Formats: sequence, C-alpha cells, structure tokens
Amino acid sequence: MSEATTQAVSQDGMTGMVDDWSADRQAYHVPWGKAMMWIFLVSDTFIFSCFLIGYLNVRVTTTDPWPPQSEIFALSFGGDPIPLILIAIMTFVLITSSGTMALAVNFGYQKDKAKTFLLICITAAFGATFVGMQAFEWSKLIAEGVRPWGNPFGAPQFGSVFFMVTGFHGLHVTGGVIYLLWVALRVKRGYYDNKGYEIVEIAGLYWHFVDLVWVFIFAFFYLL
Amino acid sequence: MASAEGQQHPLGIYYKIWVLLFVLSGFSYAVDYFEVQGAMRWGLVIFFMLLKAGFIIAIFMHVVWERLALVFTILGPPTVLLLFIGLMAFEGAYTEETRFNYRGHDRNAVALGPSDIHHDEHSEEAAH
Repeated sequence: MSEATTQAVSQDGMTGMVDDWSADRQAYHVPWGKAMMWIFLVSDTFIFSCFLIGYLNVRVTTTDPWPPQSEIFALSFGGDPIPLILIAIMTFVLITSSGTMALAVNFGYQKDKAKTFLLICITAAFGATFVGMQAFEWSKLIAEGVRPWGNPFGAPQFGSVFFMVTGFHGLHVTGGVIYLLWVALRVKRGYYDNKGYEIVEIAGLYWHFVDLVWVFIFAFFYLL
Repeated sequence: MASAEGQQHPLGIYYKIWVLLFVLSGFSYAVDYFEVQGAMRWGLVIFFMLLKAGFIIAIFMHVVWERLALVFTILGPPTVLLLFIGLMAFEGAYTEETRFNYRGHDRNAVALGPSDIHHDEHSEEAAH
C-alpha cells in the first residue's frame, strides 16, 4: 500500500469522503464483497420501495373500503381472537434472529468457529420458523377466500398486495436461510480461516436487511 | 473504525439494541392492541418504525461506524424515494377524489371483517 492511500484511509469525516471518492484506485475501504453486498441491498431497497409505493397508490386510489387487517390477522387460542398476534410473534422471531446474527458476526471475528456455527444455525432456524408461520398465515387467508384478485372483506387490491409483498419478502427469508446454512457449513469446515471472516458480516448485512424490510411491512401493511 | 480487521464492537451494544428493538416492537403492537386511531395511530406507528429501522441500520448493519464514502452511497440514493412517495400520494388522492366526484363511487362504504361474514352465515342458518 502506497503512502498516499494510507493517508487517505486515516482521514475521517467529510475530508475523508472527498479523498475516498476522488481516489484513483479504491473508493470504499472495505472488502469488495461487502461493498457489492451493500450495492445489492440498495438496489433491493428500490424493489421493495416500488412494491410499497405501488401499495400506497392502490390503497389511496381505491374507493372500496380497505379490509380491517387487525381483525383479519387475528388468531384465537381457544378464547377470543387476539388481534395481529401471529404477526407480532413473527416480528419477534425475526428480531431475535437479527440479534443472534449480530452475535455470530462478533464471534466470527474472534475466530470462534463453534460459537459462530451454532449462532448462524440458530439464526437460520428462526428464519425457517418465520417462513413456516407465514405459510400458515397464507393458508389461513386462502381458506377465508382471500385471492390476488378479490376477497370477501373489501378492496380486491388487498389480496394482490398481500401475496406480492409478503411473498417477495418470504422469498428473501427463504433465500437467506439457504445462504446462512451454506456460510455456517463453511465456517465449521474452517474455509474462512485464511480468507478472513468478513463473509459472516456480509451474510449478516443481508439478514439484517430482511429484518429491516419486515419493519416497514409490519408498519404499513399490518398496522396502518 | 472500519478497517481490514472488519467491524468489531463490544457485545454490550448489541444486547442493548436487541432489547430496544423488542420494546419498540411491543410499543407498535400496543398501538394496535389498544386501538389507537387516526393521526395518533399513524404518527406513533411511523415513529416507532423509523426508530427501529434507524437502529437496525446504524448498529446491526454497522453504518454508524462506516466511512462517510460508503454511508452516503447507502443512504443517498434512497432519499429520492421520498419524492416518489410524495408524487404517488398526491396523484393517488387526486384519482380517488375523481372517482368519488365523477364515477359515483360510494364515499361511505364500510369494510367487512371475518366476524361480519361468519355472523351472516349463522343468521342464514337460523333462517333455515
């Protein structure tokens, strides 16, 4: 590494940013995999935003009343139905998995292979639980007559938005579970001993992003 | 600071944020559970949502510790989405108003819930 590059990296704040962006060789002083993951996540942000903005537009324009989500997603455990309880549990499952993933990243950098492997597997298990609960929710709604083109409660757009947005998110979670298990297996085999454990952080970025998208879906689709 | 060794921070901060995310989700759920309605509902839900999103991005995704060159690349482009949201909301409100005023759609239509539909089934059975 030349002296000029070392100097650029040591600068912080706005001066550092100008140095980085005007650098001839490297703008981002992170592993290339991490920069690429971030660029992918920014583009994914635009995809999910297009879905949510599309949802906003159909919900505002439709003159049919929007179905009451709180009642539709209620679940009864023997007694009176509790509003949105399944969605609340799904939210907590996903946050828990985000926490275990953050710990996995930390133990990865400490090169504690056993703990990293275990924590990534726990994260993946929570992810699989989430997808399972989503499948349950889908089948419950389908049984009640909700379809992408209509439903017995109100605006027909409710079904199309629901299946599209939660389906695409569920696909991300499913992909994430497979990705995490693959990384976990490689951690266990010691594949990253020489390469470095940044890959765990990169996989973590993807997983936290999936949790992040759910924060927005939870608020806009289920609560509002 | 970000370096070749990657992002390493004390575990304490992760535990704190983890608990905080649980609490904030609990608050969001409480808004629905206690049936807060209107502007208060929107305000609270969006406030808790932005706080949660902020903590996930800043701490769990380590953005607060990244160099500004990367931070601006991540957070800069999505800000144009605010304009997109504004345009679609404005256009949507116009379309809805047009449908009410010129296409004869019912302004006071009420949605049905599962209980209404199941209730109807019961009353039909009683009629038989």
